[in-house]
Amino acid sequence: MKDFADLSDPAALDDIIVCPQCDAVYRFRKPEKGERAACARCHKILIAPRRNAGLQIIAVALAVLFLIIGAAVFPFLTIDAAGAKNAVSVLDAALAFSGGPMIFLSLATAALIIFIPLLRVLLTLYVLIPLVLDRPAARHAVRAFRLSEALRPWSMAEIFAIGCAVALVKVADLANLGFGPAFWMFGILVVLVIAQDSFMCKWSVWHRLEHPKTTS
Amino acid sequence: MASPGTPQDDFVSARELGIVACRRCTKAWPLGTETCGRCGKALISRDPLSLQRVWAYWIMGVICYIPANIYPMLRTRTLFQYEESTIIGGAVELAHYGSYGVAAIILFASVVIPLGKFWAIAFLAISVRERTFVREGTRQLLYDVVEYIGRWSMIDIFVVAILSALVQLKTLASINPGLASIFFALSVIFTMLSAQAFDSRMIWDVQAARRRSKDDE
Repeated sequence: MKDFADLSDPAALDDIIVCPQCDAVYRFRKPEKGERAACARCHKILIAPRRNAGLQIIAVALAVLFLIIGAAVFPFLTIDAAGAKNAVSVLDAALAFSGGPMIFLSLATAALIIFIPLLRVLLTLYVLIPLVLDRPAARHAVRAFRLSEALRPWSMAEIFAIGCAVALVKVADLANLGFGPAFWMFGILVVLVIAQDSFMCKWSVWHRLEHPKTTS
Repeated sequence: MASPGTPQDDFVSARELGIVACRRCTKAWPLGTETCGRCGKALISRDPLSLQRVWAYWIMGVICYIPANIYPMLRTRTLFQYEESTIIGGAVELAHYGSYGVAAIILFASVVIPLGKFWAIAFLAISVRERTFVREGTRQLLYDVVEYIGRWSMIDIFVVAILSALVQLKTLASINPGLASIFFALSVIFTMLSAQAFDSRMIWDVQAARRRSKDDE
């Protein structure tokens, strides 16, 4: 058993990191850039700093911001069967559940595929831009990052994209399908959203919010 | 302290050391601290109510899954006919027309995975109370899989949304969502909440208990 005898001193707690998944305690050592610190018991990644991660995430987040807006507004699929045509945008798809209690499903779908991803991007930019510029953290940055993390499982843009593929298979033999500009935007969006989440080292952000660097 | 034969038991949990860790930002605090000073999350070493929340959401998820399979998921109208198909009925029909692959995917995504998740969460919740022979690492893996896959069940709802919006070809053909879609979405959401309510640290507490009983000998 590792020795943690001197924990009566509150300052000693700063030298400790605890796995949030299995509660195992470790002596803290900051990994080098590119290294990853993982829990030896349950293999959860605890810290994974990357070089210039902040700048990369901001760049990706800006791209995602424009893509979400574009993908929501432009038509993303068109259908053509025996002269009857229809073009839909992502927003149309979200609002397809209409009438009676179905309206709640419409609102939930719109939130899951457009508004929650959008909100997460904005919160990420709000928290990270001051940190990357070595400025003091933005007001309520802690609360903003907390909300962003809480919303993570409910941001489902990439699942919607795979749903498009399944829907295409289902109607492919029924009618001619065409892809609008938004379809490709959504495809790129999915890759970027996944990249954004894998660049982000949560521990580093919390650490920087606690100990902000200042240029002065 | 720990015997050499069991390296797995060689980990000390924060609870044993009298500290409580933040589950969001991993910072350690003295036991009894109420909120994390770094990120503001409420600190609870082990939440005795967490299992009750798991079961409450689990029951809601199961209840919603029943009408999701009874009511029609899709209402399809073409020139000559109008039909309503349930989740399983739709898959059977696809298999009837020879699309075995797509039928299998639909059955897997909308029947096997939801039922598997119900079973897995129930098993995990029971396993932290009763003795089990399944190793801690395996159960943690099961929990990770459930957490990861949970969100992907929404794909069914998105497919229905896309089809309903797209296939609106006036008199020729139209597809509309059925009542089952709302229950299926609710079932997925409740199952996700149930999995999130589960405190995975309880899986590992048996190691500390084992060590304590060994020390007593």
